[in-house]
Amino acid sequence: MTTLFTILFDGVAYGMLLFVLACGLAVTLGLMNFVNLAHGAFAMAGGYICAVLVNNSGWPFFAALPLAFVTAAAIGVLLERTLYRHLYTRSHLDQVLFTIGLTFMSVAAVDYIMGSSRIFIKLPAALEGQFDFFGVGIGRYRLMIIVICGLLTVALQLILSKTRFGSRLRAAVDDPRVASGLGINVPQVFAFTFAFGCGLAGLGGALSAEILGLDPYFPLKFMIYFLIVVTVGGSSSITGPFLASLLLGIGDVAGKYYVPKMGPFVIYTIMIVILIWRPNGLFGRAAAR
Amino acid sequence: MNAVSDVSSHAIARARWRPAEIAFWMLALSCAFLFPSRYLIMTDILRLALFTLSLDLILGYAGIVSLGHAAFFGVGAYSAGLMALHGIINEPVIALVVAGLIAMVLGFLTSFLVIRGVDLTRLMVTLGIALLLEALAERFSNITGGTDGLQGIEMQPILGMFAFDMFGKTGFFYSLIVLFLLFLLARRIVNSPFGLSLRAIKNNPLRASAIGVPVNRRLIAIYTVAAFYAGIAGALFTQTTALASLDVFAFERSADLMLVLVIGGTGYLYGGLIGAVVFKMLQELFQTITPQYWLFWIGLVLVVIVLVGRDRMHRWALWLPNLIIRQIAGRKAVVAVPESDAP
Amino acid sequence: MTIALETRGLEKSFGGLKVTRDLSLKVEQGARHALIGPNGAGKTTVINLLTGVLKPNGGRILLEGNDITDLAVHKRVLRGLSRTFQINQLYADLTPLETIGLAVSERLGRGGDWWRRMGTRGDVNQEIAETLGRFHLLDVMNERTATLPYGKQRLLEIAVAIATRPRVLLLDEPAAGVPESERHDILAAVAALPRDVTVLLIEHDMDLVFSFADRISVLVNGAMLVEGPPDEVARDPQVKAVYLGEAVHA
Ligand SMILES: Nc1ncnc2c1ncn2[C@@H]1O[C@H](COP(=O)(O)OP(=O)(O)OP(=O)(O)O)[C@@H](O)[C@H]1O
Ligand SMILES: [Mg+2]
Repeated sequence: MTTLFTILFDGVAYGMLLFVLACGLAVTLGLMNFVNLAHGAFAMAGGYICAVLVNNSGWPFFAALPLAFVTAAAIGVLLERTLYRHLYTRSHLDQVLFTIGLTFMSVAAVDYIMGSSRIFIKLPAALEGQFDFFGVGIGRYRLMIIVICGLLTVALQLILSKTRFGSRLRAAVDDPRVASGLGINVPQVFAFTFAFGCGLAGLGGALSAEILGLDPYFPLKFMIYFLIVVTVGGSSSITGPFLASLLLGIGDVAGKYYVPKMGPFVIYTIMIVILIWRPNGLFGRAAAR
Repeated sequence: MNAVSDVSSHAIARARWRPAEIAFWMLALSCAFLFPSRYLIMTDILRLALFTLSLDLILGYAGIVSLGHAAFFGVGAYSAGLMALHGIINEPVIALVVAGLIAMVLGFLTSFLVIRGVDLTRLMVTLGIALLLEALAERFSNITGGTDGLQGIEMQPILGMFAFDMFGKTGFFYSLIVLFLLFLLARRIVNSPFGLSLRAIKNNPLRASAIGVPVNRRLIAIYTVAAFYAGIAGALFTQTTALASLDVFAFERSADLMLVLVIGGTGYLYGGLIGAVVFKMLQELFQTITPQYWLFWIGLVLVVIVLVGRDRMHRWALWLPNLIIRQIAGRKAVVAVPESDAP
Repeated sequence: MTIALETRGLEKSFGGLKVTRDLSLKVEQGARHALIGPNGAGKTTVINLLTGVLKPNGGRILLEGNDITDLAVHKRVLRGLSRTFQINQLYADLTPLETIGLAVSERLGRGGDWWRRMGTRGDVNQEIAETLGRFHLLDVMNERTATLPYGKQRLLEIAVAIATRPRVLLLDEPAAGVPESERHDILAAVAALPRDVTVLLIEHDMDLVFSFADRISVLVNGAMLVEGPPDEVARDPQVKAVYLGEAVHA
């Protein structure tokens, strides 16, 4: 019973992390129908920034996290304004080729600058180890992840449902053409969302170094996870990707625990079953038109 | 009636052999005699060309974007390797066909997942299947040899007559013949009503179904055929190099493949062949500059190609050949200009 | 008279929006039936339901007495139900020749033929030539569809539907957007459709509707308002109200 709770706990932490990593992708996909396979590169950027600040410059971990966000977002804006925006009207093939190209370049560049081995971020002592909660071992770091990601999710939901920007964004995702007809500056909304999504990915990257591992191949290794979150969750709301992330996180952790030999196959099997059952994802409408 | 003969001549024109095509194959053959010291790299190019031809069938003709075409390459490679290693089928040609068929079965089974849903779902499914197979191969490393790959594959002579030699001469001619035969088959397929229906589906699936094309069935068919081609390419890889390891399934292989195809251009079959030559030359070039960071250069090439625009790039590429042909023959276009990709 | 096409209590909604309401429609064999109604009345939706592009939320569809409600799009075509689209749906990279050739091959059940080359069957070529000739497309038969003038594309849109040799043909605003100078060709093509083909025409141009149709159904807000012969419909006060109302709004 307690292992079940531990698995659930770890799975939720993992899933929430995936959500923070991937939700930017879901929104930008819904908004512009743009397939950005380089999303993981922004996460990697955030992770490495955080690592350098903490390990080399001696920043406290919690001070480095916001900077991971800001840097990834800044890189996002830069790339969006200079490169991405030329590709919104192109075919999906072009978008795929382009973003794979960017991913490869980022992988090689990070490999060149930082070396190819996995890096670790020095965590404050308060986050290490676990404590006992009614017999269930609770990892401090994972608890922090659940708290941070949970707060972020609530904040995102509030921004989307309560603010003016949120309503514009929802209108734009719903139907970009109608939205621009209503006088909403869709490209601007998109640029902002894109940057924000990249920032979240960067933050997620920094947080995930401890759990998912951070090396130059991060964007390639987790590409499939992001794709699963977005296809299974759909892109019409953030609830879909959120639930999909949790499902993926719990499924993956449980699979690796109960059938360690078949670990990675569990999520693929879940994914395939879901797709046979509902080709357009579990939640909401098709992810791309 | 005059109109009828017009119709038939135009209809057939696409399938007619152009002089440039014949020249292309003569050139390919003559390479065997021009560069006798470079059989290995040339064989490498031929294999890649066949693999890319396979992708062209689904991407260039039917518009299916795949991130995991290496799945079928890998299955073909391991099938051929295991058959040779355990002496299940010793004759390479038969083993080649069987390996292709195994990949084909896999292609058929997975096609049902791939044809469902939108582009994004396809990306995930194709990538997922390749990763799944890679994980399987790793899990059953007692059979596949894990990261070390299959060790000690020894190939028997082709048809019991032509032994593989260390310079790769046999391998080269073997690959060239296989490529040529499969190219002829592909050429036949794409110029048939079936091939036409694929191009129609790629252009406008809604209209295709509205004139009675069974869209899903056609996509399943071509995906299955393409899996066969990829499987053969993989089997050729194992047979001519006596290697098969986990990286046959790698994502980088699938991504490289797309690069090769877009370099050469989609939807006219020669794209894969031309792309393979250019790609290998690029690879040699970049590897002499910075061997470790090959990935960076592929990425850069991809980005540049997309930013410049694939159409425009191919117009540049054809500018010189067109100039020459116009001087000689007084007309235009060496090879058919690749079709634009319907967005 | 036999009924070529029939719907019974057809329903369709998009989310909360009901666009087809309890629609029962009968189109007689060989009829020239027009379906009219203001913009957004749900006319195109009806065609999409009939052809299987959309799945109805309720109701049945019968083609020549057989229930086709659950049939796939392409199977309905093989049963003799074909359509044109309000907004051109053509193959940008294919030529008119290839477009028509494919439709003919599919109808003959040769579309899956992967060994025979296009252009090697005399009867197919003959039929392609006839169809192209009938729609004035012979001179452009070898050009990419995307490069054709709009009028020619519109003709091709009808030609490709005809090439499937339908017994029931659904025309969704065939002359929409065609410049006046090229309109004649389209109208002539519509008028020249073989008598044994049942036609359901959607059109906003009332002159065309009243010169063409022998029966008219008026659709408003997804529901059938009135149905009858043209003179009856023209006199109907409800119809007048709808169209006058629209005219006032416009
Ligand atoms: N795929 C869809 N999703 C949501 N709403 C739709 C969809 N297709 C049509 N509608 C809505 O259904 C209603 C009917 O549309 P439809 O295209 O059938 O009208 P129509 O009678 O053909 O109009 P028009 O004369 O302008 O062509 C419209 O309000 C339209 O906005
Ligand atoms: Mg309409």
